[in-house]
Amino acid sequence: MTVDLIPPVGAGRQAVPRKLTSVRERSDRVFHGTAGGIGMVVLAITAGIGLYLGYQAIPTLRHYGLSFFTQTQWLPELDRIGIAAVLVGTAEVALVAMVVSFPLALGLALFVSDYAPKWAKSWLVSAVDLMAAVPSIIYGLWGFFLLQPHAILVARWLSQYLAWIPIFKVDTDPNAAIWQQSRYTSSVFIAGLAVAMMTIPLATAVMRAVFDQAPIGEREAAMALGGTRFGVARTVVLPFGKGGIIGGTMLALGRALGETAAVLIIISPEYVIKPRILEAGTQTVSALIAGNFGNATKSQLTALLAAGFVLFVITLGVNSAAAVIIRRSRSGLATEA
Amino acid sequence: MAVDDIAIEVPAPRTPSVGPETRPDAARLEAVEVSAWFGDTQVLDDVSLSVPPASVTALIGPSGCGKSTFLRILNRMHESVLGAKLAGEVLLDGDDIYAPGHRLTDVRRQIGMVFQKPNPFPAMSIADNVAAGLALTSTKVSKADRADLVESNLIRAGLWDEVKDRLTRPGAALSGGQQQRLCIARALAVQPKVLLMDEPCSALDPTSTRRIEDTIEELRSQVTIVIVTHNMQQAARVSEQAAFFLAEQGTPGAIVESGPTESLFDNPRDPRTADYVHGRFG
Repeated sequence: MTVDLIPPVGAGRQAVPRKLTSVRERSDRVFHGTAGGIGMVVLAITAGIGLYLGYQAIPTLRHYGLSFFTQTQWLPELDRIGIAAVLVGTAEVALVAMVVSFPLALGLALFVSDYAPKWAKSWLVSAVDLMAAVPSIIYGLWGFFLLQPHAILVARWLSQYLAWIPIFKVDTDPNAAIWQQSRYTSSVFIAGLAVAMMTIPLATAVMRAVFDQAPIGEREAAMALGGTRFGVARTVVLPFGKGGIIGGTMLALGRALGETAAVLIIISPEYVIKPRILEAGTQTVSALIAGNFGNATKSQLTALLAAGFVLFVITLGVNSAAAVIIRRSRSGLATEA
Repeated sequence: MAVDDIAIEVPAPRTPSVGPETRPDAARLEAVEVSAWFGDTQVLDDVSLSVPPASVTALIGPSGCGKSTFLRILNRMHESVLGAKLAGEVLLDGDDIYAPGHRLTDVRRQIGMVFQKPNPFPAMSIADNVAAGLALTSTKVSKADRADLVESNLIRAGLWDEVKDRLTRPGAALSGGQQQRLCIARALAVQPKVLLMDEPCSALDPTSTRRIEDTIEELRSQVTIVIVTHNMQQAARVSEQAAFFLAEQGTPGAIVESGPTESLFDNPRDPRTADYVHGRFG
């Protein structure tokens, strides 16, 4: 029981938050309208692409049903079409690219943010960004003509010593005096290496931006405790940048999944689910589309668009997840990566 | 760390303590003709100051007079800023910390620092924060030694009783004053010979300030302390020696006057010191 001797101010009246309005400046209105409009156009285009692909995919999905996802072969002449093999191939190429590019991108980002001399920093940042400016077809040519002759030596070495792990097995004798070089070319491994080069700048840029945001107060605290640079990186920068590391890697993954030109140049198409990443022959969704749409009939074209739709959904999912992870992390609050 | 390392006696009277209770690892710190620049702008000119072992020295003066820069020169944090330069020597027990052949990490481990804004590592627990120096220097210790280190230094920083039941909770969940004492414990845990404090109470309320001053009081016999403060009363309360910095219009900062705190406050030799300590400017 409470005894109110003095009635509280405003007693008997339920307070309701009032609506806060104000007249906006004309310049603000114009800017708001323009920027908002442009943003909506971008969203509308993305949504339009999705809807168009989805719409085009309907006949194919209806015709083949679930077998579109379980069939490995792509033989339109025999009415046998499915994306099981190309999806696996896409994932394999992207995975190899990630395994190669993740440590490189992380190391590079950390070097630029924490180890490089301060005057060298802007140069390094530009150099990394320049990597992103190289057209992907160039990476493809580089991978095919310059990288492949050397990469097959690595591939052979891996299969010599690690063939007991199924993914490193190649169906030929790696120890033969005259070894079959062509069995090691045009593989997931080599395509993955080329794609890795393309994803490094993106992942590095995101990670570096986040590392640079690590609070100066915590950095100095770690330095003042006698911390080594590695100690500062481990106790302050990396925990702070966790969201950026994950997010940047996933953005790179999204890029790797959709990479076309370089993969198309390097791989030789083969439509089987193949875990052997060193062995010649594989196929990815985007390379499948790029390689076949030129001489496709109308029904074949919708099948290709259906495959494209599946890829679109996957990359959209990966990129959205990356955005959410970056946003939710502590470091993401300070960046708009 | 042995239990007898912990100061539990009544705070010593405010006299330069070179008595038997002085810890052997509290060091003398001497700045000799220190000047400093940021780019082409000189911010300190010919500053010399001798800090006896196991004493508290206060650096006072208006904003922008170079006190903090001077403090950061004392443990080689100054050079982490792009364009920062300096001249002169800083002697730790007679040994120039800027001499070639010294490792930055060794220097900073011997001369610890507490910052203006409490900066515990937010991803770490309270205990991990105290032991952070071990991780930062890749030092391996046994679990029991680590627990001892955490406890003894939280006691030294006057925080143990408040946090002993939640050592695994994140350090960021503490109040501002507790965070600052956690930072002091963290700095003490690497066993520095000198502890530099850069306005450690300026972000804290009066009660927390009082607690920090109590902590300084307990530490004075164990470690050499140099504290930058804007608070005249605080300087008078905690320090036995003080140095008044001033940067007059367009000139770099310099020490106007230094000496025993009492005479600096009650009997300043320089009229500018008198004006400042009596609140007539700054």
